[in-house]
Amino acid sequence: MPGALATGATHAKGQQHPIKLYLVVWGWLFVLSTGSYLVDYFGLHGYLRWSLILLFMVLKAGLIVAVFMHMAWERLALAYAILLPPVLVLVFVAIMVFESEYTHLIRILSFAPAT
Amino acid sequence: MMWIFLLSDTFIFSCFLLSYMTARMSTTVPWPNPSEVFALTVAGKHIPLILIAIMTFILISSSGTMAMAVNFGYRRDRARTAALMLVTAAFGATFVGMQAFEWTKLIMEGVRPWGNPWGAAQFGSSFFMITGFHGTHVTIGVIFLIAIARKVWRGDFDVERRGFFTSRKGHYEIVEIMGLYWHFVDLVWVFIFAFFYLW
Repeated sequence: MPGALATGATHAKGQQHPIKLYLVVWGWLFVLSTGSYLVDYFGLHGYLRWSLILLFMVLKAGLIVAVFMHMAWERLALAYAILLPPVLVLVFVAIMVFESEYTHLIRILSFAPAT
Repeated sequence: MMWIFLLSDTFIFSCFLLSYMTARMSTTVPWPNPSEVFALTVAGKHIPLILIAIMTFILISSSGTMAMAVNFGYRRDRARTAALMLVTAAFGATFVGMQAFEWTKLIMEGVRPWGNPWGAAQFGSSFFMITGFHGTHVTIGVIFLIAIARKVWRGDFDVERRGFFTSRKGHYEIVEIMGLYWHFVDLVWVFIFAFFYLW
């Protein structure tokens, strides 16, 4: 049987996971999407709404990247190289938050409609 | 290489979502309520955001079938890989069709890149730019899915047939690469759904 074992090994190269794993993740993605839709459906507001939306978003994104895109089984170097730069976009987000608040303030102070 | 492309594409979509955030935060005019704008009246009932929710489920389902296609690709199961890729392409085409319907509806209601009846003018430009760019990605994905499904079905990767454009030997690896692209398109939609439609 060494021949059979060898072919088995070559076929097992790459990503070999049971189909069930994908179905489970698929199910979870449905649950999480339903959750984020219900947030809107019930009209939740304030911090509860934002934290729930962000939580569901991050969980969905994590499941897709980790399992569907097989990042969980990739080399650590690739994971860092791909995942770290988008996280740094958050710095850009912070900069633009300050910038747009400043623009908003200037618009209110200088361009308010004449009363 | 696909990962590098996806990383650069991530930055493109990040910039779109960032400019949307900046426009929305800095405008003094109220932002239109997406929950109302994207509501549909089905059988006399007014349901908020229902079309977008259905589109989300369709795209997630397409990601599920794609993941299984990749799995069967590794098992060298030609028929199932090609069939699942075609199912994925069909889901993708449905998604684009619903997006076309949504665009038509909004344009009929008077949404333009320079203004709309409900509030801040930037709503239209952000909406058309972000969803348009995402829809383009889905469309390109559908075209490539069909092309690669055909190659899988024909057995190109079993005999290492050379590509028409590149003259390089074909391998099943392309199915995984196609999967990466498709999941990325789904991933972007997760963020658009959260930030544009739910926020």
